[in-house]
Amino acid sequence: MSEIVLDDVHVRREGRHVLRGVSVRLTERRVAVIGANGSGKSTLARLLNGLVTPTSGRVLVDGLDVRRHGRAVRRRVGFVFTDPDAQIVMPTVAEDVAFSLRGSGLSRAQVRDRVAAELARHGLADHADHPAHLLSGGQKQLLALSSVLVTAPDLVVADEPTTLLDLRNTRLIADRLAALEQQVVLVTHDLDLVDGYDRVLVVDEGRVVVDDVPAVAVPAYRTLMAAPVR
Amino acid sequence: MTGTTSAAPTGGSPVHRLGAGPKLVALCLCSLALLGVHGPLGAGVAVVGVVALHALARLGPRVLWAHVRPLRWVVVCLLAVQWWLLGPVEAVVLSTRLVALVALAGLVTATTATQDVLDTLEHALRPGRRWGVDPERVALVLALTLRSVPVLADLAARVRDAQRARGREADVRAFAVPLVVGSLRRADALGEALRARGLDD
Repeated sequence: MSEIVLDDVHVRREGRHVLRGVSVRLTERRVAVIGANGSGKSTLARLLNGLVTPTSGRVLVDGLDVRRHGRAVRRRVGFVFTDPDAQIVMPTVAEDVAFSLRGSGLSRAQVRDRVAAELARHGLADHADHPAHLLSGGQKQLLALSSVLVTAPDLVVADEPTTLLDLRNTRLIADRLAALEQQVVLVTHDLDLVDGYDRVLVVDEGRVVVDDVPAVAVPAYRTLMAAPVR
Repeated sequence: MTGTTSAAPTGGSPVHRLGAGPKLVALCLCSLALLGVHGPLGAGVAVVGVVALHALARLGPRVLWAHVRPLRWVVVCLLAVQWWLLGPVEAVVLSTRLVALVALAGLVTATTATQDVLDTLEHALRPGRRWGVDPERVALVLALTLRSVPVLADLAARVRDAQRARGREADVRAFAVPLVVGSLRRADALGEALRARGLDD
């Protein structure tokens, strides 16, 4: 498992203090981050692959500082976005998966084989040459996941990957994430998804306010959200 | 929108099998030849040729229609203006040329995988390196453009629906502002996705 270390991380963006001193060390296989809209959990996710850099403090992934080694970190960390349409950059399904292997030094045949194997793993083999925009929402998210996994990252960070999906596809994506060998950091609103996770961080107003197993963290989050807004 | 971004259907026709390079060159040559068409006979030959090529590619009349359909209003206007300026024969010949050209381009798109077209362009642009052209980047930009067409079309449809739901059908600003803002957001998200996927610079 990778070791993720956040050391007194503050993030200020456009005058807002989004994260206010987060310090955690994550080594568990399944880590979930839950929190309200605007709590800072998406920013927390983006810190892990250097899409956002801390205003102060440090983020280390396997000892690599994401600020200095952003590129190397992004090679280890696969990132699944909420909206697959934002993530899918190529016109057709197979091309999009192949895009992840640009500059990998693999031959054309090797790329083709890897792409085919990855698509088959996610039941997308029949759609390989279809335009990506003709896929259903669930299939698009599967494609986004395939494009992430084809590079064999050590860590998969998913930022609310099921928010735009219906119940069936939510289950499907959650099951795929649960079945991964890799370490997973899942940011979500869907409290059902965190069952079986090793550790749950509850983020509120830019701080980690609860850090525990799901059986403790989820009820604590519900109580927190039921409290009147300050 | 499907026509612009579809990968080659796994068709086994000779037209499908011909490489993207020869097809693009043939398209250029045919376009030049079409410019030289001035009489009704030439126009007739062009129409027969286009139909025959579609038949050879095993694409039915419906596909052919789908390729030229976006032109229908343009052709009506063009035909009217040319009829008035140049007379009926010339008007029909010139309009036929245009339609034949678009149909041929559609034929190439429908029978060639996007990736093949991009690879061919990348290859063809390689000598441009000397003048600072980065062929991979040009090909990537084209691919991103193709991908963005359906995404932005979706966005436009959503904005129109929202506008209708609020009873502001005729308000151009109520359409344009959210569309532009949405497109810029989408561009930001695309940049973020490219970085996350290893395209750093």
